[in-house]
Amino acid sequence: MTGHREAMRTPGDTILSVEGLSVGFGRGTARVAALRDVSFTLGRGRTLALVGESGSGKSVTSLALMGLLPPSGRILSGRLDFRTPDGRVTDLARLDGAGFRALRGPGISMIFQEPMSSLNPLFTIGDQIGEMLLLHQDLRAAERRRRVIEMLELVEIPGAAARVDAYPHELSGGMRQRVMIAMGLICRPALLIADEPTTALDVTIQAQILDLMRRLQKELGMSILFITHDMGVVAEMADDVAVMYAGAVVEQAGVLDLFDRTRHPYTRGLLASIPREGLGPDDRLVPIPGSVPPLSALPPGCAFAPRCPHARPACREPVSLEPKAPGHLSACIFDFAGEAA
Amino acid sequence: MTGPLLQVRNLTKRFHTPAGTVHAVEDVSFDIPRGSIMGLVGESGSGKTTLGRALLRLIQPTSGQIRFDGTDIAALGAEEMRQMRRRMQIIFQDPMSSLNPRLKVGDLIAEGLRAFGIGSRTDRRDRVAALLEEVGLSADHMNRWPHAFSGGQRQRIGIARALALEPEFIVADESVSALDVSIQAQVLNLLLELRDRRNLTMLFIAHDLSVVNYLCDRVAVLYLGRMMEIGPTDRVHRASAHPYTRALTSAIPQPDPRAARNRQLLQGDIPSPLAPPSGCVFRTRCPHAAPGCEAGAPQARTISAHHQSYCKRTEELYGH
Repeated sequence: MTGHREAMRTPGDTILSVEGLSVGFGRGTARVAALRDVSFTLGRGRTLALVGESGSGKSVTSLALMGLLPPSGRILSGRLDFRTPDGRVTDLARLDGAGFRALRGPGISMIFQEPMSSLNPLFTIGDQIGEMLLLHQDLRAAERRRRVIEMLELVEIPGAAARVDAYPHELSGGMRQRVMIAMGLICRPALLIADEPTTALDVTIQAQILDLMRRLQKELGMSILFITHDMGVVAEMADDVAVMYAGAVVEQAGVLDLFDRTRHPYTRGLLASIPREGLGPDDRLVPIPGSVPPLSALPPGCAFAPRCPHARPACREPVSLEPKAPGHLSACIFDFAGEAA
Repeated sequence: MTGPLLQVRNLTKRFHTPAGTVHAVEDVSFDIPRGSIMGLVGESGSGKTTLGRALLRLIQPTSGQIRFDGTDIAALGAEEMRQMRRRMQIIFQDPMSSLNPRLKVGDLIAEGLRAFGIGSRTDRRDRVAALLEEVGLSADHMNRWPHAFSGGQRQRIGIARALALEPEFIVADESVSALDVSIQAQVLNLLLELRDRRNLTMLFIAHDLSVVNYLCDRVAVLYLGRMMEIGPTDRVHRASAHPYTRALTSAIPQPDPRAARNRQLLQGDIPSPLAPPSGCVFRTRCPHAAPGCEAGAPQARTISAHHQSYCKRTEELYGH
């Protein structure tokens, strides 16, 4: 695990590079910026965790990447460079509907938090997984069914040959999430976007699914953009981490660096808020005071400043994500490092 | 008064449905000492919410006793129960759906006081102002509508409302689960302050074991409506005497990328509470299941003071 996490990366190995992505919702003066100048890169075969609390913009980012922004939302600026399996670089921000349809499946695929609301209750799971193949590959029905069963076995659904004809309501929550993963992986995507895939699951089932995703990533060699609010899941799954707050990335680093040398005051506050091993009976969590400002009323400069214990008048000036150490970026005018959070 | 505030004995709740009988809570017994927080953890279908509501008689138990300060409330008549309700309150998971959107915050908090005819209008106003400040809001918030508040603030309103009648006992049902972690920590610390300041007794229901380990003095672990293990939090967390608790603890992702993952992955899914396995209900997923586990429900085995495990193989597995 450790060797894999520390694997060196060269620029040619980047599968996804997001640069200066801004997304707005609504029109004219009522427009709200949901994403402000978001940048990050994802290396081939690696897992990048996009972590943040409600309203941080992590899900909007994934929807923009999939071309699934709701009608009220639009990309205002930025590049979303995706390296397709055949080696070409496509800017997803400029892709039209037909372009996305060709890319979804074999290029990029997505799994969601709520398997029950993403599966159609009227079709068998075999039909729904097979539909992906129908759209992207020219196969005979028998061959399609064989591939679907093979996929169900890969995601460890017991009795796959019989379950292929089951309807979603006949399966447990954990099994439905496995079906979602099978659907996401059937076309062997180069990039999998997983949006809180285990948040709705019980913790013992979550452990199974995380274990499965780690194994499948190794076997299929895919890259994963893993969206979560849970720093425990980040520590377990990620090679690299981008922390989002109020529509912007505030820190990005390798996972060990992020936890060992946390630089941004928001990330430090987040870690100090989590009940973790090693707290004594009289130790208290240190919450971040206040709450996230509404996107329609962000303060000037650093959006975290009103809740930040280190805020100074200078924090009212614009701040951008900058390298503070090799591979470690932070959007803070101060440079906290070296001490544990 | 000494002795536990709450004593639950052999509490059982079954729901009869067209599909069969749901064994939601089966033969559960425990005490909650005064001024302490008992955590109740379990996954979906463990019966933790049903148990919490049965304790307040929001659901009528099928059988068993609930002694609150010495009185068996399972046997109380309607008016006696109404009087008892002043002393026991509940805080829900989703403050938005449990706060009436048509009442201003001040009226919401004063509702219980009005229902019991406590104080004049002015007295009640003063009381509401003090309560708002106690939970970290400000007195002028009483004239605003619930929708104007963030999730964390709404949960504080829910807590102020529960405190209005000066209850001795509070059931908090997944009260921080819907909150972002930075806000969750604020509310957890508030609950600890209230326990200490008011000597409150609490049942804290949660699926998140790390939150329970932080907040609670004791913890009870439920699985499919049955008690698996109960004891002081530190004992159950670090020296668990039950295979289910151990699996649950090891399944929590730790916010530490260097943490060793010697995880005990549980196979399969939680069985349906319509058809729980015979004997120990956990045996179908237990890595240590052996012949004998299917025969007869395991009885409590005392490990140390207040620490009990409901596993027939406890001695053999963990040397107790």
